[in-house]
Amino acid sequence: MTKIVVVTSGKGGVGKTTTSAALATGLAQRGHKTTVIDFDVGLRNLDLIMGCERRVVYDLVNVISGDANLKQGLIKDKRVEDLFILPASQTRDKDALTLEGVEKVLNGLKDMGMEYIICDSPAGIEKGALTAAYFADEAIVVTNPEVSSVRDSDRILGILSSKTRKAELGEGDIPASLLLTRYSPERVERGEMLSVEDVKDILAIDLLGVIPESQAVLNASNSGAPVILDSDSDAGQAYDDSVARFLGEQRPHRFLTTSKKGLFGRLFGAQ
Amino acid sequence: MTVAFEEKAVLEFKGRMMMMTVLLLKDLEPNTLHRQVSQRLEEASQWLRDAPVVVDLADPENVDQVALMATVDTLRGLGVNLVALARNDHLDADTATMLGLGSISLAGGRDIPRSPETAPVAEESTSEATGTLVVDQPVRSGQQIYSRGDLIVLAPVSTGAELLAEGHIHVYNTLRGRALAGVRGDQSARIFCQKLDAELVSIAGHYRVAEDLPDQHRKQAVHITLDGDAMRFADLK
Repeated sequence: MTKIVVVTSGKGGVGKTTTSAALATGLAQRGHKTTVIDFDVGLRNLDLIMGCERRVVYDLVNVISGDANLKQGLIKDKRVEDLFILPASQTRDKDALTLEGVEKVLNGLKDMGMEYIICDSPAGIEKGALTAAYFADEAIVVTNPEVSSVRDSDRILGILSSKTRKAELGEGDIPASLLLTRYSPERVERGEMLSVEDVKDILAIDLLGVIPESQAVLNASNSGAPVILDSDSDAGQAYDDSVARFLGEQRPHRFLTTSKKGLFGRLFGAQ
Repeated sequence: MTVAFEEKAVLEFKGRMMMMTVLLLKDLEPNTLHRQVSQRLEEASQWLRDAPVVVDLADPENVDQVALMATVDTLRGLGVNLVALARNDHLDADTATMLGLGSISLAGGRDIPRSPETAPVAEESTSEATGTLVVDQPVRSGQQIYSRGDLIVLAPVSTGAELLAEGHIHVYNTLRGRALAGVRGDQSARIFCQKLDAELVSIAGHYRVAEDLPDQHRKQAVHITLDGDAMRFADLK
């Protein structure tokens, strides 16, 4: 049984690709055969985050248009067994991304025995985002704790409730959960950011995880290794917790409060 | 010819025949629509691409407002020069205004009762039958819900969402979006909500924006009525 998961947000730059890479890697680390697909035709980034940009030969559009078969398009990850990447096209016209074509690719991946297919959606609410979400069984909505991102996520949730294949078949909404990224408890305390509770209250969906604002995410992007592989980092651990929760495990949410200062910190700490 | 000289006229009404293209939509499925319209536009001459377009719906009776909004977005996104919505028994000028379009009656041509089923009598009984609308899912930003009667919402209404009802509106949760009751002019329509954090509330065309909401009622349970020209806010305890 294959589960198709769309990682979406509405707003750009909130961490969809970082999340897609981390989620796919985390699932594969646990032995689930997983493919992560970059749907952002024209602005491909996933290959960089996954560190396979120098091994890209064919892409999603090539596979859809029949220039390459699925096996040729898939890039096997070198670090984690059972992890595959299907990059987006940088050059091709995004109109090539037809629903029929995408369905064919997804069916091909199912036939290969994939357990999870992670669809990294482009930003916006246009055709690209709708195509990425159309076949999904489940959605992860990535949101930053600020008003415009929350509103865009809300918009996307509304669209998901009517524009997926399941919704069109009358099978109801696909389950959606919230992943709050770039969370900074210090800034929440100072009132500069929305709190987890605020965001949960507005979006009214389950919380999958909270990823703290972290230098580790930037380092990971620069080095082309998904941040979840950096298991010493706060962001890496938070993603690992999120993957565990995604698979049904109960784990308490961490990194929600400011770290308590030690004695010296309290005595001499600035601020 | 006589010339009467008074003030120099700054305007002139011209009765001019204009060519308008009518785009008849049989299905509002966005992907299909996007694909087919863009394909047609590619094939079409520049003249057609620039032509003013009136949107007409093959099945206006069963159209859903949200789908219609999405359709207008799709068409505009493709550069279609939309000017108006074809008005009929099921789509009125208000709907067109909501979509940011003008409305034009295509009657006089083929349009008056398209089929016996849409005869006025049948139409009246259906509007009687559609009374209260109950919504138990969150109303998200960009969504719009219209009720011919009362509208009851049991979930949060987000900023950027819009509730429209010809009768009362009840929101048993937080109202962050817009709520417009009595949109057909019913001055006795009321708005009830459990937590008022609205962008706008309106009854029969009288409205208050978020900035003008009374402070003591913010984030409280309220009951809003129209008293003459004034909107009255009361605690709902």
